[in-house]
Amino acid sequence: MNAVVDSGRPMLETRGLRKNFGALEVARDVDFTLHAGARHALIGPNGAGKTTFVNLITGALDASGGDVFLNGDRITHVSEAGRVKRGLVRTFQINTLFTGLTVLENLYLAVSEHAGVAARMLRPVGSRPKVVAEAMHLLEMLQLQDDAARLITELPYGRQRLVEIAIALALEPRVLLLDEPAAGVPSAESHIILDAISGLPEEIAVLIIEHDMDVVFRFAEKITVLVSGAVLATGTPDEIGSNAEVRSVYLGEGHHA
Amino acid sequence: MGEILANATTILLFGIAYAMLLFIISVGLSITMGLMGFVNLAHGSFAMVGGYVTVTLVSGEGVHFLLALVIAFVVVALLGVILEKSLYRWIYRRPELDQVLFTIGIVFMSVAAVTFVWDNNPRNIPTPDLPGFLTGNLDLGFTQFPAYRAFMILAGGVIVAALFYGLERTRIGAQVRAAVDNRRMAESCGINTTMLFTLVFALGSGMAALGGGLGIQILGGLKPTFAFDFLVIFLIVVAVGGLGNIRGTFFAALLLGIIDYAGNYFLPSGGGFFIYGVTFIVLLLRPQGLFGKAG
Amino acid sequence: MADANMTPQPSPAVQQLLRRHRFRVVELLPWIAAIAVFYLFPGYRLLATQVLVLILFALSVDLIVGYAGIVTLGHTAYFGTGAYAAALLARPEWQETLWNVGAQPLVGIAAGTVAGALLGLISGWIILRTRELTLLMLTLALTFLLHELAKDIDGLTGTLITGGFDGINFTMNPILGIFEFDPIFYSTNYWYAFAVLVVGFLIVRTIVNSPFGATLVGIRENVRRMHAVGSPVQRRMLMVYVISCAIAGLAGAVWVQVQDNVTIAVYEFELAGAILIMVILGGTGRLYGAFIGVLVYMILENLTETVLGTDPPYWELVVGGALVLTVLFAPRGLLGIGEDVSTMLGRKRR
Repeated sequence: MNAVVDSGRPMLETRGLRKNFGALEVARDVDFTLHAGARHALIGPNGAGKTTFVNLITGALDASGGDVFLNGDRITHVSEAGRVKRGLVRTFQINTLFTGLTVLENLYLAVSEHAGVAARMLRPVGSRPKVVAEAMHLLEMLQLQDDAARLITELPYGRQRLVEIAIALALEPRVLLLDEPAAGVPSAESHIILDAISGLPEEIAVLIIEHDMDVVFRFAEKITVLVSGAVLATGTPDEIGSNAEVRSVYLGEGHHA
Repeated sequence: MGEILANATTILLFGIAYAMLLFIISVGLSITMGLMGFVNLAHGSFAMVGGYVTVTLVSGEGVHFLLALVIAFVVVALLGVILEKSLYRWIYRRPELDQVLFTIGIVFMSVAAVTFVWDNNPRNIPTPDLPGFLTGNLDLGFTQFPAYRAFMILAGGVIVAALFYGLERTRIGAQVRAAVDNRRMAESCGINTTMLFTLVFALGSGMAALGGGLGIQILGGLKPTFAFDFLVIFLIVVAVGGLGNIRGTFFAALLLGIIDYAGNYFLPSGGGFFIYGVTFIVLLLRPQGLFGKAG
Repeated sequence: MADANMTPQPSPAVQQLLRRHRFRVVELLPWIAAIAVFYLFPGYRLLATQVLVLILFALSVDLIVGYAGIVTLGHTAYFGTGAYAAALLARPEWQETLWNVGAQPLVGIAAGTVAGALLGLISGWIILRTRELTLLMLTLALTFLLHELAKDIDGLTGTLITGGFDGINFTMNPILGIFEFDPIFYSTNYWYAFAVLVVGFLIVRTIVNSPFGATLVGIRENVRRMHAVGSPVQRRMLMVYVISCAIAGLAGAVWVQVQDNVTIAVYEFELAGAILIMVILGGTGRLYGAFIGVLVYMILENLTETVLGTDPPYWELVVGGALVLTVLFAPRGLLGIGEDVSTMLGRKRR
C-alpha cells in the first residue's frame, strides 16, 4: 500500500450534478471532490446510482444539471472521448472489451488512439512498431504477455478484468475511475487484480467503486457513501465505519443480503 | 367551394382507409420489434400469405369473405408460431446484420413458395364474390365513397379499439407493456417473456394476414412480389411511429397513409416521393420515432 | 509510461500485427483468375465485367458493414448517384455545353466518385447520428427517395434529364483518347473495369490495414469501449462512410460506362439487398469475401436460371435458402468456412 497524501489540489470535482430519467432521479445534486493522488472509494447499496455517477463524470450520460470539473476546467459539455484525451479514464463494471480481437489488438486500439495515430489511413499498422511495442509493454506490466495472441473470449474472466485495467493504463490517466474492478472474479483470483490496483502509479487519482468492504478499507484513504443518488457521507474509513447513519442505511442493507 | 370540400373529404377518407390497412399490418411488427429488439423484414410475407389464403377461400371455395379473413388469421398465426419456434429464436441474440439478412432470406423463400403454390399471375377477388354490403358506393350527400373502404375504416377502428383495450386493460397487455419497456426487469418480475413473445408473434402474424386479406381490394390485387414491394412501407410506419408503441404506429400509419394517398392524387408522377421525404425528416428530428422512448 | 529502454520481445503476437499488411502470394490468385477468365470465357465478358464492378461495389459495402459494423440497406443511393453523374455527363445532347469532355471516361469516374462522396458526406452526417432500425430506415428511405426522383424528375420538370424508366443511352469517348470501348467483345470494357478494381482494391486494402482500419473494427466490436479509449467515433464513422460512398460512386460510374446506358435499376433496393447478400455470402470484414461472394452469387444466379429456368422463381428459393443457411450455420461466410478448414488441416498436420 502506497502512503499517498492528498495534496489538497482537486483533480476531479462535481457540483450539483443531477440526472433524472423522467420522474426517476438517479443523481441528486452530487458534490464530490477527488484530490490529486487520492485513493478514494465510492460505496453504496445496489441501485444507489454509483455506475450512473461514473457515467455522468465520463460523459457516457448527459447530466440533467450541474457541472463536472477536471483539474479546474469545466468539462460538462466535453464529449466522452474529449474527456479521455484530458486524462479522465474509466474501467467498466462488466467487461467492455473488443471480444472478437486478440488481447494485443485490444491494447493496440487504446495505445494508438492515445498516441494520436489512430486516424491515419495511408500506412499500415506495421509501419509504427513503437505503438505495438508499447501495447506489448503494458501487457507485460500486468503479466498478460503470454496471452497477447489469444482472443479475449478465450481468457478467463479474471484475466479479462486485467485487460480492462491495462487498457485504462494505456490511456495514461490522471484520474482513474475503477467500477468494481474485482466484480465477477473468483476470490482465488481477485488478489491479482488487487495487486494491480495497489501497484498503480501514485500520481494517478483513483476512485474505486467496490462492494467488498475488505477491499475498500484496505485500499481507500477516503470513502464516499452514495444512497439513492445522493451523497450520504464522506470521510476517512474510520469516520465512515463509525457513522451511525451509514451503518443503518448501508451496513444494515448489507445485513439483509 | 363544395367541390373542393368533396375532393378534400374524398382524399382524406381514401387516405384513412389506406392508413388503417397500414396500421393493421404494421402494428404486430412494431410490438414484436419493440419486444425482442430484433429487425424483422419478413413481416410482409405473413400479410402476403394471408392474402393468398383469403383469395383462395373466397374465389376458389366460395367461403364468405369475412369467414375467410378469420381463417387466414388463424392459419397464418399458427404459421407464425411454427416459424418463431423453429427458426426465428435462433437469431434473437445475433447481430443486427444477421437478423436483416436472415429475414430477407425468409422473404425470398416466401416469394418463391407463394409462386410455386399459386403461380405468378396477379390475384383479385371478383366483385360478385364479395358480400353485397362491401360493394358499390355509399352516398355521403356531397360525394360518393366506396363501401369497401368505409368497411376498411370501420374494421381498422374496431381493431385499434380492441388493441388499446387489450393492451391497457388486460393482464397480458400489461405484461407486454412491461416487457417492451424493460425486458430484463419484466423477466425478473416473473414474466415469461419467451411465451409472451410467441403469443405476440402469433397475434402479429395473424393481424398481418388479416391486413393482407383486407388489402387485396385496396392495393389493387395480390402478387408474389408483395412481400418485397411493401416491405419498406411497413418498416417505415414502425420506425416513424416508434418501436413497440401502438399509439405511435397508429398515428404514423395515419400520417403516412394520408400523405401517400394525397401525394399520388395530386402528383400522379412523383407522388411516391413524399412518403420517403416525410420519413427522412421525421426520423431526422426524432430518431426514436414520433412516440418512441428517447435514448 | 512509454519506456524506451524496454526491448520489445519479438513475440508472435507482435510479429503477426506488424506483418499483417504484407502481400501474400495467394493474394495473386483472384487477379490471375480474372485475367484467365478474359481469355477462357470470351462469351461471358459482359457478365465478367459486371462481376468486376460489383466486386468494387461490394468492397465499398464491406468497408462500412463488415469493418465498421454500420448496417445499411441503401448503398445503391451512392452507387446510383455515381452512375447518374457519369451518365448525365456523357449525355450526347449536352456534350457541347460540357466542352466535349463529358464523355471522357476518366472525367465520368471522377464525377461519379465526387458525387458519391458528397452525397455520402451530407447524408452520412445525418444518418450516422442514428442507430439500428432508424439508421437502416434512413438508408432505405434515401435510396427510395432518389429512385423516385430519378424516375419522375423528367415529368416534374417537363424536361428530359434522366429519361425516367427508360434511362439514358450514350457513347463514351475512348479512354485517354486511345482505347475505344467495345460494345461487342467488351475487351476494353473488361480491362477498364479490371484497372479500376485494382486501384479501388488497393485503396480499400491500405485503409483496412491502417491504424484507422483497426479503429473501424474497434467500433464494430464495441462502440462503448471505443468512446472510452477516447476515440471520436462519430467522426471516424463519417470518414469511412464518405470513403465508402466515394468508392460506391466510382463503381456506379464504371457500371454505366461499360454498358453505355443507365436505368433506374441502379437505384433499386433489390440491388442494395443483393450486394449485401454477396458480401455476407463471401464473408464480411474479410476483403476477399467481396470477390468470392459476388462471384458465387452471380454464378449461382446464372446457373439456376439456365438449368432450372426463371418461371417458377427457383432463384429466389436458392438465394433465400442460401442466405438463411449462411446466417444460421456460417455467419462468417464462405471465407470463414475456408479459414476453419485450414485451421483444422493445420492442426492435423501438427
